[in-house]
Parts: sequence; structure tokens; C-alpha cells
Amino acid sequence: MKQSIREALPGLDLVLGWEQGWDALHATPLFIRKAEDVDRLILGPTCVQSLAVQLPSLKGKKVGIVVKGCDSRAVVQLLRERLLDRAEIILFGFGCDGVVSLKRLTKVLGDLDSVTSVKKTDDRLVVESPDGRREAAFDDVCAPKCLDCAWPNAVESDHFAGPRLEPRPPAESKTALERFEEKSLDERFAFWKREMERCIRCYACRNACPMCVCRDKCLAVSRNSKFVSQEANPSESFMFQLIHVMHLAGRCVSCGECERACPMDIPLGLLRAQSTAVTEELFHEQAGTDPEAPLPLLTFKTDEETIEERD
Amino acid sequence: MPASPGVDSGNELRILGFLCNWCSYGGADSAGVARLEQPTDLRIIRTPCTGRIDPLFIVRALINGADGVLVSGCHPGDCHYVEGNFHARRRLETLKRILPVTGINPDRFMYTWVSASESGRWQEVVREFTARIHTLGPAPRMSDTLTETLAAEGLPMQATNGVK
Repeated sequence: MKQSIREALPGLDLVLGWEQGWDALHATPLFIRKAEDVDRLILGPTCVQSLAVQLPSLKGKKVGIVVKGCDSRAVVQLLRERLLDRAEIILFGFGCDGVVSLKRLTKVLGDLDSVTSVKKTDDRLVVESPDGRREAAFDDVCAPKCLDCAWPNAVESDHFAGPRLEPRPPAESKTALERFEEKSLDERFAFWKREMERCIRCYACRNACPMCVCRDKCLAVSRNSKFVSQEANPSESFMFQLIHVMHLAGRCVSCGECERACPMDIPLGLLRAQSTAVTEELFHEQAGTDPEAPLPLLTFKTDEETIEERD
Repeated sequence: MPASPGVDSGNELRILGFLCNWCSYGGADSAGVARLEQPTDLRIIRTPCTGRIDPLFIVRALINGADGVLVSGCHPGDCHYVEGNFHARRRLETLKRILPVTGINPDRFMYTWVSASESGRWQEVVREFTARIHTLGPAPRMSDTLTETLAAEGLPMQATNGVK
């Protein structure tokens, strides 16, 4: 990977990757502009955040980007929506066997200070810190999206490093959405009400989302928004979340960034999972897998096989 | 047909209808001209086309206290703008199927097609939809206090990270 970035660097303005953050558990974005920056690049279970979120704002520059499977789907979806120019992007793909969720890791191992090393060995994660060595089953501490990841390899890449991995067999236990669906509608409503009481409308979910591309033209923060007021209460927060969901219908690449970025730990992935399931069921396609396919909600068929006629 | 619920019985609910100017609005108008009796719960908003309807209009209405939302436009193939209702069909169906995860009953939202000449069909649509919403009763509100919702759910009040 480092070799191919070094070779491509002279023709690029910058390459986006990850470097180690303030301790071994945290990776932070790395902007590679010079050959010596390449040495700081790391790849591994701590390279969580999707760097694709940066790309639309870098339009016009020639940019390289290091991508996991889910990140590459975001790039492909942006290409599909003509928000990026394929000629300006160089993809450095690799096969990812899962990333760590710091929230889940803290639940299993407790607070972890000044971690010195994080290693993944087969199905376990070993964390070393001055307090000693602790380990956990990887499935218990990985990001929920990794449990049944069908796209471990970059779906599109100009350079691919390392072996291509097999998709994970779907987890046998029920998905979070399936468990949620066991609740009645009233319970679900009460659930969201309770969650939305905690939503602080910080928009971290939106800012982390690689498919949220309106940026400072976002409907939710417009000075004279007709859809949400600036008032902070559960119904306005829920309205904001549903704007996000509807604007991502058929576009969400299930990268889980919204849920990861949420400081209040609100399970936003449930809403996304439903929208993804619905659009797949209706339009038989997955976002971010084919850069040429038309967008399902910007096209139609005169006879929809999947939609019951309402005459 | 049972007597229509509504303003006379004092149990009127709030139902919002988004009607296409070219078909369903005309259909509702001719139903009125023909003096076909209809429930009074429906408040109509006239739109240029169902293709103009952002699914978020419906979400906003349901969150802001509508007990039901009805969208009605031209039959597919008959759109004044040729393809407006084809686009609308995909969006509205997507919304309808996303609603269950939010806990908002998807039965509170219906979309259908009624042409300008179908005044009888319009009467039927409004009567059936209104009856359905009356069976469901008033919609739960996010703006109700949390305590009320938890009580309805039979759950104790929980600490919510210091937020009210």
C-alpha cells in the first residue's frame, strides 16, 4: 500500500489515509502531501472513520484516498451521483476484516487509558496499556456493521493492497432491526421519543455522513427552514432525523458513521437499516455498488413490479 | 355506509389531504357539486401534482399532530406533467415502508389515485380513510410529555443523562 501511494503521489494533490492518534486505540485522518508523510500511514482495526466524507469538498483537486469496503461504497455512490469526477480520484483499496467500536470496546473492557498497542489476532482483540494486557472476542467489540459485512473489499480501486477477503457469513443472531421489530408500534414510538429527548441536535450524524452533501445548504439549518424549527425538543429532533433518513433513502451505504459519531449514543442505525432494507426490496439494488446505475428515486418504471397498484 | 363521524358528533380528527390540482382536487370538487356526503375531518391542500409532494410534507404533518395523511393524484399514466405521479409513487411507497421503524403507524398514511371524473370513488376513498383513522384514534404525539408516554407504555421514568 505505502509503495503504491509513494508511486502515485507525484501526480496527486494529496492522499487521504489514517495515522495513529493520541494513543494506539485512536486513528486520526492523515493528509499525505509529501513522500515522508507516507510512513505515518496505518491500516488496521482502529481505522474506523470514513474518509470519503472529505471528498466532495476537495472537488477540483486530484485526490488519492485509502478505502475499506464500506468507504469505497460511499465513493462509488458519490461518483454515481456525479458529485465526484472519477478522473480526479485515485482509490487505494484493501480488504478490511472489521474495525473496532470504541463504545462497544469500553462496554466490554471498561475505560482504557493510554493504550500502547492494539492487535487483532484471528477472532480476538488484544489491547495493551500500562495497566496490563486485556483482550476480548472481536465480535463483541467490533463495529456492529462489521458483524455481517458483505463488502469487506473495496468495490472499486485503482490499487489494491493485500489479499481479497471473503464476505462474512451473515450473523446467525437477529439483526438489531429484527429485534426492534418485535416491539409494537407504540413501543417503537415511545422508544424514539426517549432517544430524541437525548438528541442534542449537534449534527455530528450529518457531518460524519459521507452521503450528506448539502453541507451549508442543509434543510435543517436553513435560516427560514419550513421543516424544522431551531427549538430543541423531541419532535423537532425526530423531524431532523427523518429528514436525514428520507434524504438518504436509496443512497445510504450503511457505513454506520452516523451512529458512531453520535455523542449521545442514539441507535440511528435502526432508521438507516429500515430505509436500506426498503429500498433494496423495492428497487433490487444496493447503494454504492455500481457507479453507472441510475438513482432509484430519480427514475421510475411505468409498471412497478414491486409496488402494488392503488387503483 | 355508517353515518360519517365528524364535526356533528364532536369527535373530529385531523386528517390532511394533499390533492393533485388536475385530478383528485377536481374529483373532490365534483363530489361536492354532486352533493355526495363526506366526512368533515379532511383538510385539503391543493398541490400542482403529486410529484410536487416531498415525502417530508407527510412526515412533518404526522409529527406536527395530524392523525392521518391522504395523498391522491392522477392515475399512473394520466399525469398532466406526464411522469410526476410515477416519481411520486416511488417516493410515497418508500416513505410508507419506512414509517414502521419510526413507530408511526403506516396505516395513518395512504396514497391513492382518483381522477377528476370519479366523484363517487372520491367519496368512497374519504369515507374509508376517515373510518380507518377513527378506528386508530388520535395519533400519539412526540410533544406529549415523556412521563405520559412512559405511563401509557407501563414503564417507570428513567434517568436521561440529566436532560429534562
